[in-house]
Amino acid sequence: MTDAYSRMTLGRLRRVLAATIMAAALALGLAAPVMAQAAGQPIRVGGTLALTGPLAATAMVHKIVGEIYVEQLNKRGGLLGRPVEWVLLDDQSKPDLARTLYEKLITVDKVDLLIGPYATGAILSAMAVAERNGKMLVHHTFGIPKLAKYDAQFPTWALGPAPEQTVPGLVLDALAASAKPPKTIAIVTSKFPSVHFLALGAREVAQKRGLKEVLFLEFEFGAKDFGPIAARVREADPDFLFMGAIGLEGNQLLEALKKLDYTPRNHFYTYPAPGPMAVSPESANALSSTVFEGSPPFTNEPAVAAFAKEYQDRATKAGLPYTLADVQAGVSYTAWQLIEAAVVATKSLDDKVLAQWIRANKVDTILGKLRFTEIGNYGDDLSKIKQVQDGKWVVVWPKEFASGAKLVAR
Amino acid sequence: MPSANLLGQSLLSGILAGGLYALLGLGLSLSWRFLRIINLSHFGFIFLGAYLTYQVATSFHLSPFAVMLAIVPLLFALGVAQQALFVRFAVNEFGSLLVTFGMVAIIESLIQYFWTADFRRLESGYGTLSYRIGPLFLPVAEALTFLVAVVLGLAAWAALRFTYLGKAMRASAEDPAMAAAFGVRERSLALLVAGTSAATAGIAGTFVALTATLAPAQIYAWIGVIFAVVIMGGLGNPLGILAAGLLIGVSEALTMALTSPSWAPLVSFTLLIAVLILRPGRV
Repeated sequence: MTDAYSRMTLGRLRRVLAATIMAAALALGLAAPVMAQAAGQPIRVGGTLALTGPLAATAMVHKIVGEIYVEQLNKRGGLLGRPVEWVLLDDQSKPDLARTLYEKLITVDKVDLLIGPYATGAILSAMAVAERNGKMLVHHTFGIPKLAKYDAQFPTWALGPAPEQTVPGLVLDALAASAKPPKTIAIVTSKFPSVHFLALGAREVAQKRGLKEVLFLEFEFGAKDFGPIAARVREADPDFLFMGAIGLEGNQLLEALKKLDYTPRNHFYTYPAPGPMAVSPESANALSSTVFEGSPPFTNEPAVAAFAKEYQDRATKAGLPYTLADVQAGVSYTAWQLIEAAVVATKSLDDKVLAQWIRANKVDTILGKLRFTEIGNYGDDLSKIKQVQDGKWVVVWPKEFASGAKLVAR
Repeated sequence: MPSANLLGQSLLSGILAGGLYALLGLGLSLSWRFLRIINLSHFGFIFLGAYLTYQVATSFHLSPFAVMLAIVPLLFALGVAQQALFVRFAVNEFGSLLVTFGMVAIIESLIQYFWTADFRRLESGYGTLSYRIGPLFLPVAEALTFLVAVVLGLAAWAALRFTYLGKAMRASAEDPAMAAAFGVRERSLALLVAGTSAATAGIAGTFVALTATLAPAQIYAWIGVIFAVVIMGGLGNPLGILAAGLLIGVSEALTMALTSPSWAPLVSFTLLIAVLILRPGRV
């Protein structure tokens, strides 16, 4: 067999094969419903989460939400016709490691876009890296707006530019509208930065509104013995206990109070662990703030309800003790929505173009319309007040978000 | 000015917290003194015991104390196996610090693998139960912890002071060669000490499960204060551990009652530094 003959035969074979594939594709195209197909090099979105370490419990929520979003996005055809790939690394709950990993994502992995890690410390680290490299950073769980100084960073937890004023103001509004408005307040706070400044703000707001401060206590993050703190709260016996708490600190204080046979009349916790706070018998009527819950009216939109359901299924499968979508899931989903909206609107992956578009536009999300034009690129404070009722969180304030639930005040 | 009631309640709270500190530090102190092993994995064993108590008590609706009876031999065996490894690889005192730190990380990862990083709480009925004694409230779980700490501390002290095994251990720690010449079997004794230390971690774990909410990363939260208790109490000195636990627990509680609670963590280390300055050579 000569080389010319074999080349001719191979060429004919290729043509026949190509024709067959085209015919098959055409036939399938006629038979199947038209669907956008993501093709080509994937768009890589890089980020870290605290997959291990003390923040891992909450970071798992963000992992589940990210997986749901990317999966659904790819089913819808990806971004710019290309599939989306999430390059996720474990920062082990360490902000210093997050900094190194974001450097790696940008310079070694060369990801197209960035999404933030979980919690203020790690986000602050990632923000510095993003700024140095001129990358846009969309993040979901940054708690101190005045520290967000990079103009191409975009927070999706809609706290507003001054949550230390607006969040305590909101809960005091809610209590003032109740049958028994409080006259005295005790403020007990962890020195964890993102809750401490809220408690200091609560002090100012309460004073302006004429509430008498009967106790102000600060304790170190990680405190183990809440007995003496509980004894001081019991002795002060406030109408309203405002606790700057993160994670389990609220539960720990409530358990210590229970051992002293004391139940606070009205009590608010800044960032409680949602599951333990909801199901603990001591937490009845506990208040907190939220921008999203997996219940009406947030889930009135069928797509949001579907997300809440999907999240619950996956959280159950992952063995999470609290499986309802809550504020963490909501802000996480919103971060992905923001990235998608910007890329779709600009048809670009250029960080400057995307950042410019986000700053100039209001974006529709499951939290509501978000804008990024105030200090730290925060916009409106979309916080609502929720309360533990019958072992579940329900939104009780403002009234238009309460879906029939009423704030229980004592 | 705080009321007498507040001071009394805080004092009680401090005494009970001191009991827990002593219980957590007992095994660490014994292995440090008699094996020259600074066993950071002791904290891992405590949390392993706590998680096993949580899991078995929850799944089979058993009393946590019944579960403890099964955990103690299991942890004893684990401690013996660990000591056998240390002997096999000739791990010295400083090396043990590094090796056991690695072991804590492994135990933490294992706990996270099986129980996830989320918080776990043993709903035993003891958690929030308390009795009123005059104007004060006595929390049951903490009171039981204190009682067990005192009983174990006294038992360990008596065993070290009055039994042949105890005397052999002390002799072996002072002068291994001389003790061996008198027929002390150092290797068997070391396995017994390691097993006992780990068993106390199992007991402490049950009480941690009763009194605290569990999360894998909380293993590290206890290391600082327990080290302070162990060093202040004197290595291998069960009564000293009890006294140091009480001193730190009460000092912390009174600090929280009289000043800002945020000063409390400074107390244990300030006391530790004071003891090291005033009584050098305790380690």
